[in-house]
Amino acid sequence: MTQQLLKIRGLKIEGKSDEVWKPIVNGIDLDLKKGEVLGLIGESGAGKSTVGLATMGFTRDGCRISGGTVDFDGVDLVTASAAVKRNMLGKRIAYVAQSAAASFNPAHRLIDQHTEAPTQHRLRPKAESELDGMGLYHRLRLPDPDHIGFRYPHQVSGGQLQRAMTAMAMSCRPDLIIFDEPTTALDVTTQIEVLAAIRDIVEQFDTAAIYITHDLAVVAQMADRIKVLLRGDEVEEAETRAMLLAPREDYTKSLWAVRSFQRPAKPAVSTGVTPIVSLKNVSAAYGKSPVLFDVAFDIHAGRTVAVVGESGSGKSTTARCITGLLPPSQGHIEFNGEALPLDYRKRSKDQLRQVQMIYQMADTALNPRSSIGDIIGRPVQFYSGLTGSAKRKRVEELLAQIELEPEQYIDRLPSELSGGQKQRIGIARALAAEPQFIICDEVTSALDQLVAEGILKLLAQLQDDLGLSYMFITHDLATVRAISDEVVVMKDGRVVEQGPKAEMFQPPHHPYTDLLLSSVPEMDPDWLTNLLNGRGVDNIGDAAVGKM
Amino acid sequence: MGSIFQIILQRLALGVITLLIVSMVIFVAVNALPGDFAQAILGQGATDEAVAQIRADLGLDQNYFMRYFSWLGNVVTGNLGISFAQMNFASNMGGDQLVGVVEQIAPRFKATMFLAGVTAMFAVPISITLGVLAALYRNSIFDRAVNITTLSSISSPEFFLAYILILVLAVLNPIFPSLSNVYEGMALGEKLNRTMLPALTLTLVVTAHMMRMTRAAIINLLASPYIEMARLKGISPMRVIVRHALPNALAPIINVIALNLAYLITGVVVVEVVFVYPGIGQLFVDSVKIRDIPVVQACCLIFAAAYILLNLMADILSILSNPRLRHPK
Repeated sequence: MTQQLLKIRGLKIEGKSDEVWKPIVNGIDLDLKKGEVLGLIGESGAGKSTVGLATMGFTRDGCRISGGTVDFDGVDLVTASAAVKRNMLGKRIAYVAQSAAASFNPAHRLIDQHTEAPTQHRLRPKAESELDGMGLYHRLRLPDPDHIGFRYPHQVSGGQLQRAMTAMAMSCRPDLIIFDEPTTALDVTTQIEVLAAIRDIVEQFDTAAIYITHDLAVVAQMADRIKVLLRGDEVEEAETRAMLLAPREDYTKSLWAVRSFQRPAKPAVSTGVTPIVSLKNVSAAYGKSPVLFDVAFDIHAGRTVAVVGESGSGKSTTARCITGLLPPSQGHIEFNGEALPLDYRKRSKDQLRQVQMIYQMADTALNPRSSIGDIIGRPVQFYSGLTGSAKRKRVEELLAQIELEPEQYIDRLPSELSGGQKQRIGIARALAAEPQFIICDEVTSALDQLVAEGILKLLAQLQDDLGLSYMFITHDLATVRAISDEVVVMKDGRVVEQGPKAEMFQPPHHPYTDLLLSSVPEMDPDWLTNLLNGRGVDNIGDAAVGKM
Repeated sequence: MGSIFQIILQRLALGVITLLIVSMVIFVAVNALPGDFAQAILGQGATDEAVAQIRADLGLDQNYFMRYFSWLGNVVTGNLGISFAQMNFASNMGGDQLVGVVEQIAPRFKATMFLAGVTAMFAVPISITLGVLAALYRNSIFDRAVNITTLSSISSPEFFLAYILILVLAVLNPIFPSLSNVYEGMALGEKLNRTMLPALTLTLVVTAHMMRMTRAAIINLLASPYIEMARLKGISPMRVIVRHALPNALAPIINVIALNLAYLITGVVVVEVVFVYPGIGQLFVDSVKIRDIPVVQACCLIFAAAYILLNLMADILSILSNPRLRHPK
């Protein structure tokens, strides 16, 4: 554990924007010994991934290393020739990307991609690599390890792909693996399996690793040391336990504090009140394949109902049914006690106005060629008929409501805004219709924690001011805890449990709710170990097979 | 695999329907040509009686619908009719052996297919190789040179390219013959030798499209995470492009190849004329001149079928190049 493997000194990276090189990383030092795991954390834009890639002597198009050295086992990867670097990559330093689904080539089978590095680096023949791959699949507890490699990427689930990618990184038994947010795109229950698999295999082969993530609780499980980055600068670095106990810098402390936001619970709804939205045994199908079964729950005025579940559980489909984009095959939806036409095309303008939506990806939900004023002005004009200066005045009011300075933002394009600001525009666009009910579809999951908290606070404030009702779709239980009044847990297109928030976070739970709750990583570095011991390893494996 | 067969059957059915609609368009368009065979053949001094006589002989006096459906019925049974010119010749000269349109077109069509095939054998591999290399060395001198050369050759008129090639490869350096009068029964080697110049001319004409699409489709994919992954595995740049990018770029490339092959079958009359190559294009133009409707219609139908069939094949191959459809969950 003492031999130095990686020594980065004064690493500077620049990125090109508008034909000008601007600094992204301003001189980072980093040391890593053999077999050591370093956690690299920070918000988006902190330069984590850029540093991770630069560790391999690699920069994305439009970026360049402008200074410093990356000394890997005696070779400076900044000045090394392409051929020297190629000989290192894959063989001695490997990479595990955030989205395994996008990072596996769709045209080739998993095993062929697995064996590519060892055969191309002439380490061992293909047949031998294949056997080795199956062994790794086995160790990573992939189901049917002898055959899963002969599938194509689209035939394998996200969690399995992420483990297959870890296996692929291991194929040459590298000295160092860069894990770039490997579990960010996964559900919490899947995340545990991948975390456990990665941790085990890194330990078994005594591989050094740099683990990049924005999730503190995750990095606490994985890393020996943690380095915090902020806008290309190092904030601090310390042993994991020391940093968790006593973060030195204010920024680090603020990261720790994010999870503390929680709205006070509202009193229970008195019986006999007509809910704003009521789903009555709604079933729906995409084509011939059914996806929702008998979904029924109520959303009351001025309250927030969180709909939680893993991807594929039918959360977003439920939202599509309420908006009328996907007419249910059975059941119906009532709004203030009156049945809504199932198809949005049959709804009146007023019925359409009452139900608005905010999307997960503000980036793709805003027209990149329209100014902010046009984006918000369009629904203002459509629903309230305002034009000219009256419309502009209303847009300015809306911008003020979402806490953006109207004068400064009204003529900008979405590309000139940050992620959190874009999401605020999405909120303003929904408010422009003056609805009673808004569906928030994973509105914070693409945002950094600090920014996400700002959005949640804004939504809570708007609810208090305007008496809005929210249906809050999320897979993040911390968000549920922060904002919801009632919780609906969904799995495989069915509601498995529902009730007031206080009850949902108190045992006894439905077994699935229990699995969800217990899978949310906690800051305790021993959390994963304890959890795995508690569940029993075999149990985890079974859960994996059952779910895939 | 069931779904693939279903898709292919759907496309086939769609192709047949398209062909039917095209047959109507052809019929209407050909009949809308000013003048007809009788006037064209009798020239200035035609008397009304003579014109009417010829029209009656050829069935031109019947109404449109009758003529369309009898033509369509014959086409379906493989009978493309008899050339007006042949019939007229026979009735005047008393010959009794009428050569049908099928027999008339068949050798021409074979020659055209032969030329298209030889051209494709050059052009497709050359274009894809150049496209891959241009993508590999993108923005280099090589890339620019390839782009400029192929673009200049596609921008020049075909006859100009043809005469340049004749000058260089037949006159200054007598390697290939400048006349390409191939006929049936000619030895393959000799046939190839005579086809070489028109094939080279056409190669110059079609390479640019295919090469540029290959380059663009590959470069389009180079920012994908799986390409980055391949690079980070230490794979050589050439292998990254050939093994990781190309298989995923096939669909647009296949479509452009199909369009160019269709062009080789239907649009090469200028090159045929320059090299005196006995392809279907010349026959078509001659027949239009004398309003020989059965031949014109048959040629149009063949051209349309070639386009539809090649596009159909491109569609099917594109579908097959998608592993999601080849290997469903």
